[in-house]
Amino acid sequence: MTTVEEAPAVPMGFGRMTRKEDARFVRGRGNYVDDIVLPGMLHGAVLRASLPHARITRIDTSAAEAHPKVRAVITGSMLEDLNLAWMPSLSHDVVPVLATDKVRFQGQEVAFVVADDRYAARDALELIEVDYEPLPPVIDARQAMAPGASVIRDDIDGKTDNHIFDWEAGDRASTDAAFAAAEVVVAQDMVYPRVHPAPMETCGAVADMDKVSGKLTMWSTTQAPHAHRTLYALVAGLPEHKIRVVSPDIGGGFGNKVGIYPGYVLAIVGSIVTGKPVKWMEDRSENLMSTSFARDYHMHGEIAATADGRITALRVKVLADHGAFNNTAQPTKFPAGFFHIFTGSYDLQAAHCEVSGVYTNKAPGGVAYACSFRVTEAVYLVERMVDCLADELGMDPAELRMRNLLRPEQFPYTCKTGWVYDSGDYPRALRLALDIAGYEELRREQAERRQRGELMGIGLSFFTETVGAGPRKHMDILGLGMADGAEVRVHPTGKAVVRLSVQTQGQGHETTFAQIVAEQLGISPQDIDVVHGDTDNTPFGLGTYGSRSTPVSGAAVAVAAQRVRDKARIVASAMLEVAPEDLEWEKGRWFVRGDPSVGATIGEIAMAAHGSLELPEGVEGHLDAECVYDPPNLTYPFGAYICVVDVDPGTGQVKVRRFVAVDDCGPRINPMIVEGQVHGGLADGVGMALMEVMAFDTEGNHLGGSFMDYLVPTSLECPMFELGETVTPSPHHPLGLKGVGESATVGSPPAVVNAVLDAIGVRHADMPFTPAQVWRSMQGRPLRTDLAVE
Amino acid sequence: MQVAMTVNGRPVHGEIEPRMLLVHFVRDQLGLTGTHWGCDTSNCGTCVLWMDGEPVKSCTVLAAMAHGHEIRTVEDLERDGELDPVQQGFVEQHGLQCGFCTPGMMMTARWLLDHNPHPSEAEIREAISGQICRCTGYANIVRAIQWAAEHPRVEPETVPEAFAAAGQAPERSGEEVGVR
Ligand code: FES
Ligand code: FES
Repeated sequence: MTTVEEAPAVPMGFGRMTRKEDARFVRGRGNYVDDIVLPGMLHGAVLRASLPHARITRIDTSAAEAHPKVRAVITGSMLEDLNLAWMPSLSHDVVPVLATDKVRFQGQEVAFVVADDRYAARDALELIEVDYEPLPPVIDARQAMAPGASVIRDDIDGKTDNHIFDWEAGDRASTDAAFAAAEVVVAQDMVYPRVHPAPMETCGAVADMDKVSGKLTMWSTTQAPHAHRTLYALVAGLPEHKIRVVSPDIGGGFGNKVGIYPGYVLAIVGSIVTGKPVKWMEDRSENLMSTSFARDYHMHGEIAATADGRITALRVKVLADHGAFNNTAQPTKFPAGFFHIFTGSYDLQAAHCEVSGVYTNKAPGGVAYACSFRVTEAVYLVERMVDCLADELGMDPAELRMRNLLRPEQFPYTCKTGWVYDSGDYPRALRLALDIAGYEELRREQAERRQRGELMGIGLSFFTETVGAGPRKHMDILGLGMADGAEVRVHPTGKAVVRLSVQTQGQGHETTFAQIVAEQLGISPQDIDVVHGDTDNTPFGLGTYGSRSTPVSGAAVAVAAQRVRDKARIVASAMLEVAPEDLEWEKGRWFVRGDPSVGATIGEIAMAAHGSLELPEGVEGHLDAECVYDPPNLTYPFGAYICVVDVDPGTGQVKVRRFVAVDDCGPRINPMIVEGQVHGGLADGVGMALMEVMAFDTEGNHLGGSFMDYLVPTSLECPMFELGETVTPSPHHPLGLKGVGESATVGSPPAVVNAVLDAIGVRHADMPFTPAQVWRSMQGRPLRTDLAVE
Repeated sequence: MQVAMTVNGRPVHGEIEPRMLLVHFVRDQLGLTGTHWGCDTSNCGTCVLWMDGEPVKSCTVLAAMAHGHEIRTVEDLERDGELDPVQQGFVEQHGLQCGFCTPGMMMTARWLLDHNPHPSEAEIREAISGQICRCTGYANIVRAIQWAAEHPRVEPETVPEAFAAAGQAPERSGEEVGVR
């Protein structure tokens, strides 16, 4: 940040530069889905279930149909006739587009109205009569498998309970042995409550089915336009070449915009039925109550160690609340995502985890909110357990971590659950964070304040992320391998275009991907157009989530650009009449080895490649290349975070005083953008630790259905973050890049929680630490935060 | 019903339902889509624009209530092809990511700087505390507004003709005229 003044305004490659996309955003000229207006466009609205669990006995739409502005009313039974009532989930389950037999969570889609304007569509919802026969809801995940619990999924043949899956990783026998031999064992139950990504733009779509050409154009809030196209082809039976998915500007995603929501499909059905374009935009309550939530992991952790603080083993049992349909978005083979990286950043002898998934009468989802496929839950578990152990041993948590961190010489490191960490220097990152924070001084200050009865807390966390999925042979979503394509084309005049499969939701791809090409070809980022978010104009790929854009798509672009450079060398050799081997590259130019004055710039080469120059046998003209990148391994960004809080002893109010974050994501394409990504994630951590929760009452009523109830951090709760960096390149990424989009969301919650618990001297209580929860925890009576019960 | 108001210095009118929200009138009828809509409860502030020189949440104002009033939206911040310092500050300090909260944040920031040209960090945080950003963690929004405070636009000597002609030389002190 101190180098801002010195950096050139536009670097020829990596470095700080302001974002190209900002020109339109600061003028109010972004183009979000709700900004799209088509001639004759109609508006859709969804009628949602008022009850969490009930049989539908009657739906009467006649009054709604009689509304003068209503063009269509669609119900589940109509969709059944079209074989469209259910669609495949992302996890080998099914999800109803509209409920047919029962509603299974409050807010579930029951009917869809298409009308002339958005107000009329909403009015008509009030005219639809639905009779329900209420059924007992299953709200507490811990009761989902109890004998006599209602069976939520009686639509599945022979289903007699609410069980979804059991899954395990690691080695049970060696873990049990390590625990049996341990000098110290600490066990702790903890809940990572249900939270929601809540991007500022809700989800929505404009569907336009052209009856003449048979082509569907679908503008929608999607992080994965290509995957959506294929899924629409599978769900609706539309030929894939007749589907164009456009993801225009997206107002934040964070995982909320990965899946296909019923509203998207309903907009398509609405357009087919009416012959007009149909827009559907959900409101905030719909977004919070029905779209992909995150977490809801009920965890029991055990940590084993020697008496002098050497961690030997970890054992975890998780009960995962997946809601009414198993629609978590993660690679097929991993029903608990990447949770089995719960061994974290430490050198253990053994580890084992078991995860069981259950159905409850809540919205489906579960992998969202910048979670890196459940690494968030894993990091929270291990970083809380380490603090519990420190408490047990009476050891400083920084010292305990330092003693157990993996050492640089251990990389590549195969952890006890099978992940191969690519690279890292963990002690260096932790030392830097401690230095920036002035850790010793903080501890001294804390001791002094305690003397005066003031509650100050210092919390640490050290995280290892696993991001950038594939490799495709291990990872697919609904059978689609997690590889991504890219195309780089240099125009005759030396300007360029790069086409991506991934889609920005604010990460600044139009800038950073231009910088990747610039770095490789020596063309200014300002002269490189980045095309993305349109399946008709970009190569196939699985999209942006799990911090995979830079590790996967960034690699694809780098390789494609390197191929362009190689081709440019051949063209240059023809221009200069020397052998390709006799040419050397400097950024933007091939020149003759030993005679740097003789050479050709990339612009000159581009013109020649499009001109009449005779090219060597087998070399086609023009200057372009493509790549489909299948990552050989995931990347493993890491970091050390320190949070300092002050707690009001009278009210339990927590104030985050400082937040120090040292991140290592490998080299940084654009440090300004990396810092912005980190800032956003740190704020997420403050939110989850202190206020964000989607709780339910025992009747299944959603208690977080608006921004009045689901609290997210404002400018008043977030401090000026203090950032640091170390750089450990990934050995297998062509540019050493690791990705950073989710690091801070993953790493920050335990730092804040550890700080609060440190302040109040309590070993554990569950997030979020609202004043009530802090105060109750201080009294030794912490609340259950996920349910409105005592 | 008919409404008429001044929007970004131009008279506009429209036929609306009495219940229509100002945010929808501005977006759907006037096509000024820089003003956004992000919640149902007046919490998010993505809809902030100015009514008679004051920032308001346009999801909480009926279009009918704006009848006869003066509205200013994000589309009016840029003047003569030159970005407002607030806009430039958001670019320079990476005060935006997805850009969805940005217009509302900038409208509040412009108002703050018009009334308090050198706000403290606490004053900036207070000013934007009714608005939510899910991307930036606010640090760079604060820096963006600080940048704008440090780089005020060089003021023209006189009230630009266009304003004088429209009879809307704002009731602000001389130094602020032209920023508008
Ligand atoms: S739309 Fe959220 S405050 Fe107006
Ligand atoms: S920039 Fe995305 S919500 Fe603020």
